[in-house]
Amino acid sequence: MVLNPSPGRRRTRAAVLAAATTLGLLLAGCGGSGFDDTGGAASSGADSGPKELQVLIGSSGQAETTAVTQAAQAWGTSSGTKVTVTAASDLDQQLSQGFASSQPPDVFYVGSDVVASYAANGSLAAYGADLPDTDDFYPNLRSAFTVDGTFYCAPKDFSTLALIVDEQAWAAAGLTDADVPTTWDQLASVAGRLTTGGRTGLVTSSEYQRLGAFMAEAGGSLVTDGKATADSAQNVEALRYVKGLLSAGSMRFAADVGAGDGTEALGTGKAAMTIEGNWAVGGIASSYPDLRYRVLELPAGPAGKGTLSFTNCWGIAADSGDQDQAKALVASLTSTDQQLAFTQAFGVMPSVASAADGFRRQFPDQAAFLAGADYAKTVPNQAGVSDVVKDLNAQLEGLAAGDPAEILGRTQTNLEAALKG
Amino acid sequence: MSSDVATATRTPTSSRTARPSPHGRRQARAGWVFTAPALLLVLLFVGLPVVMAVWVSVSGWRGRGSPFASGVPFVGLDNYRTLLAGGGLPTQDLGTALRNNFWYVVLVVPLQTVVALLLAVAVNRRTLRGRGFFRTAFYFPSVTSSVAIVVVFLFLFSASGAVNQVIGVLGIDGPNWFADPRGVLHVLLGALGVGESPGALADHGFIGISWWEWLAGPSVAMSALILLAVFTTSGTFMLLFLAGLQNISAEVEEAALVDGASSFQRLRHVTVPMLRPVLFTVLTLGLVGTWQVFDQIYAGTQGGPAKTTITPAYLSYTTSFVDQRWGQGAAIAFILFAIIVVLTLVQRAVLRGDRT
Repeated sequence: MVLNPSPGRRRTRAAVLAAATTLGLLLAGCGGSGFDDTGGAASSGADSGPKELQVLIGSSGQAETTAVTQAAQAWGTSSGTKVTVTAASDLDQQLSQGFASSQPPDVFYVGSDVVASYAANGSLAAYGADLPDTDDFYPNLRSAFTVDGTFYCAPKDFSTLALIVDEQAWAAAGLTDADVPTTWDQLASVAGRLTTGGRTGLVTSSEYQRLGAFMAEAGGSLVTDGKATADSAQNVEALRYVKGLLSAGSMRFAADVGAGDGTEALGTGKAAMTIEGNWAVGGIASSYPDLRYRVLELPAGPAGKGTLSFTNCWGIAADSGDQDQAKALVASLTSTDQQLAFTQAFGVMPSVASAADGFRRQFPDQAAFLAGADYAKTVPNQAGVSDVVKDLNAQLEGLAAGDPAEILGRTQTNLEAALKG
Repeated sequence: MSSDVATATRTPTSSRTARPSPHGRRQARAGWVFTAPALLLVLLFVGLPVVMAVWVSVSGWRGRGSPFASGVPFVGLDNYRTLLAGGGLPTQDLGTALRNNFWYVVLVVPLQTVVALLLAVAVNRRTLRGRGFFRTAFYFPSVTSSVAIVVVFLFLFSASGAVNQVIGVLGIDGPNWFADPRGVLHVLLGALGVGESPGALADHGFIGISWWEWLAGPSVAMSALILLAVFTTSGTFMLLFLAGLQNISAEVEEAALVDGASSFQRLRHVTVPMLRPVLFTVLTLGLVGTWQVFDQIYAGTQGGPAKTTITPAYLSYTTSFVDQRWGQGAAIAFILFAIIVVLTLVQRAVLRGDRT
């Protein structure tokens, strides 16, 4: 650039002008035709030529990737469609790139926490009502993917929280089947008896995705009928109870005992009980195969039983070239038999009630997880709520020293703002 | 990097007053031709994305289709207003991110500069045996992938990790580093008996968080990341200082010796002043690099515990890619850009004022 500054300003100006023109043309290229048209071209191509579907999944591991790939390809062979299944390394980011380029994968996983923001920008096809048997899906899972009254996508499967107990520690503390806690008071006393030198009675992560179960048991939730109810008396009561356990020393957060999560705390003997979801079963089998444990329903709170459920759906892109084929694929993947096969392969719970009996037969030990389906609450799915939950989680880390009412008050303010916008 | 050095050691061009000769003009044309491919690439992959990002930051683009499609609304400065003056969660998050990064910069930049300088002086000594070995050893962290180092640090600083076991020998009960959201300054103030915020500090604030929260200092988790940053970058800057030191002729050093200067005096009054151009480079690079910290957060803490390690760069990423608020994400990036430019200009003015 600094070759020789003398040959006159004019040339420089010409160069700048040329650069600006080039830039303008490039911009025009991007906006005018580039991205917009490719979407259209792809869809018209798919109608006439051989059919092709791209499936992007956020896989929990090799077992899930293999199972989904095999199921999708089996369907593809019978329907004459070429299906490619890709396991995403960062699902959010890869989906965002697809949506921005108007060439998203046709079928993909969508978490209930992001469904509202994808629905709001029009990326998701609302195909829920077109499915053959929508009533077979559990109602709370349907509501997790319903945004502004529209049922967007088919729940893929789900997990609920339950109490997982180390049998050895249980017996060592002199506890029997008669001591299985069914109320908050019993949980507190059992946790106290299970707490010994290096072992804490109850260890779980400090996030809302675990402690929210106590709110559900107290009858509270963050959002009720579209209104923010974070600072309700029920929620305050729930957090006061948790805080009481923390100060009694019979409960600690996973990070405070040096564990990544409740499963790790249980497996390494730092905890006698934890609150985790179905995924813990796979985690224990692979990392702590010698651990003897049992899965119990969470004890009932002042308002009865309660737990949280977590779920993903099979999203179909609004820009997908062949939505009919995509819907047929999803219908096949969510069929009762197929879901039971997935359950066998990677330990999730089928999202349809018609598969419940099959699940109970396959996994009698995990009946407590499935029992939660009847009374579980889902994490609110409105746009912006996931940010509020993140902020709540940040505050909950300090619950032991904090004031439950103050924490929930701040969350209420944030939630009101999020639901308004 | 090289342009910073060029600015600092600028020499006046003599050809400014001379008439352009035909030969010179031809040379200039050749110069443009030769640089054209590189210029085009820069325009395409740097200039164009910047322009696109500017548009996104003032648009209501939601992440579907092209941001230049006809349906994308222009929202003016709304995104910036929400972030800086909205008072809601976006403002609080930005304030927290800026607070975290401010303490990170304030501690990392001076520490890494001093450590790098001392290392360079140490390995530059002719009497040191095995200089080559030490130079390689100190430079090694800089050529190692920072993600790999983050993972090692996560283990070192875990609750029962090596660091806590070592300080446990000294009878100190180490904190649970990466899970501890307490601000270091708050802890110190608490030890002095100022556990609660004075009313005035709690009631007033800046960008969504109170002055008391600004005063928290880096969290314990962030402190571990600060140590990590000093560990990884000092080697790079040591190399720059070493290059500068080797430009200082031995006579200068000897002259100071003859004058009876102690080794500290020689460092303070001879070596450092002669390294000023390098110092400028190191400080500028340090300042820019530390304000953009992202990989350690993404690979290590994901912003936790209690949001005490979110930084503007990381916040910009999550706002865009996770929350689909692309306008705000881009706006955060430009706010960060403005901060870096302003601070670099201030730093340049300070260093230059020092010289005269």
